[in-house]
Amino acid sequence: MVEVRAEPASGPSTVRPMIGRDSRFFWEGTALGELRIQRCNACGDLRFPPGPACPSCGALDRGHVVAAGTGTVFSYVVHRHPPVPGKELPIVIALVDLDEGVRMVGEVADVAPEEIRIGMRLRADFNRVDEDLTLPIWRRA
Amino acid sequence: MTLSGKAAIAGIGATEFSKESGRSELQLSVEAVQHALADCGLTAADVDGLTTFTMDTSSEIAVARELGIPELRFFSRINYGGGAACATVQQAAMAVATGVADVVVCYRGFNERSESRFGQFSVAAATQVNTNGLDNAWTYPMGLGTPAATVAMQARRYMHEYGATSEDFGRVAVADRRHAATNPAAFFHGRPITLEEHQASRMIVDPLHLLDCCQESDGAVALVVTSAERARDLAQRPAYISAAAQGSGADQFVMTSYYRADIGIPEMGVVGRELWRQSGLGPDDMRMGILYDHFTPYVLMQLEELGFCGRGEAPGFIADGAIEVDGRFPLNTHGGQLGEAYIHGMNGIAEAVRQVRGTSVNPVEGVEHLVVTAGTGVPTSGLILSA
Repeated sequence: MVEVRAEPASGPSTVRPMIGRDSRFFWEGTALGELRIQRCNACGDLRFPPGPACPSCGALDRGHVVAAGTGTVFSYVVHRHPPVPGKELPIVIALVDLDEGVRMVGEVADVAPEEIRIGMRLRADFNRVDEDLTLPIWRRA
Repeated sequence: MTLSGKAAIAGIGATEFSKESGRSELQLSVEAVQHALADCGLTAADVDGLTTFTMDTSSEIAVARELGIPELRFFSRINYGGGAACATVQQAAMAVATGVADVVVCYRGFNERSESRFGQFSVAAATQVNTNGLDNAWTYPMGLGTPAATVAMQARRYMHEYGATSEDFGRVAVADRRHAATNPAAFFHGRPITLEEHQASRMIVDPLHLLDCCQESDGAVALVVTSAERARDLAQRPAYISAAAQGSGADQFVMTSYYRADIGIPEMGVVGRELWRQSGLGPDDMRMGILYDHFTPYVLMQLEELGFCGRGEAPGFIADGAIEVDGRFPLNTHGGQLGEAYIHGMNGIAEAVRQVRGTSVNPVEGVEHLVVTAGTGVPTSGLILSA
């Protein structure tokens, strides 16, 4: 289960995602505490990032599944310089292999720079920046 | 049908490389084009084509106006940041090889330190109204939004998979800065570094230290491309274009191709295979290289993608000074973008021409062929230039 928890807002200067017709379902999901992965209704392939067509079978008929919200660190960085809008540095950012088989980038909220490792297990959480934007974030599983 | 040998780089020109040019980006480009034309003995009236980067703020028509170029028959721009560098020459070579144009000048000029700094977190990149902006929605809001950070993600995985170390990355910086130290045009002229200084430099985005990152620079570079035949009649020894290639890989993104199984830079493999196919040459035929070095880890990964060594073998390949001017396979003899200046790869192409001419300040003996690459982590391009 994915837990919805309000984080302190990271400030008005947080960079907002460009949202289009093909990605809106993802952000509607984060607002509900769901980490959504696009699923092709024709062949069943999962895909992240999403897009209008299925690269596997070409179908334009798509839906989504809700991820379990668990994954493994594939790579990571510790960002120290220069400043990042809305963030207090340093921040840990990971490339996370979700158990469903897709990969995404996310900030890791509660793992110290010296503790983060490739292979570490993480779980998804949500940072409600304001009423229009909820960002997925990751915590130690 | 092949492009190989049909065109040549006949002239090169540049402004000084600085941190504050004190003049407009348009003026920088105009000055560089004037120098490049003077270098080979042509005038603005001879130019009928211009190419540049989509990122350049000076349009082809603005440059043509300032130079007094009467008419343009060919103009073209290439996308994807520094990945465009060698592709501006490819465009020019294709145009002159097919008779679409006679003399095409490729240019790039910017105040990338004193005005728009690429090293900063770019809110503009995250909010552009196109698919690149939509792609950036999966990284920038999460805090990943500087070039160094996007490369660090690749570098950390490369270290994990192949056992590469920060010292391996540092050897690229040491070689670049050694070459810059003897290049009067380089910003870091007279200022070599040691591996210890690299290791002691502050962490920017782990695992990248400050000295793994290229400079931010003001300046411009221009390259004059014409047919091989016409180039032979001009003032300088031609640098023949034996191959000119672009490449984009599977599931390609701009700096964030993170969603394919093997992240890396397979787009440079696409470029390499096409360079070898067009030219009929291979890695063993290259005397040296100018490999795009905005960040040191990608120099190692390029050596592997281009076939100079096997996967994960670049740390061994570059050890013991092999990539320094007196080594087995010298790289970036102008000092690279870490040492000379960051002009989005165009200054590296100019150095490749100087090596073919024998006029580099760090000359390598017997350069018959050399390879040049454009930006890494993005859809990119490359050239083989020959004497």
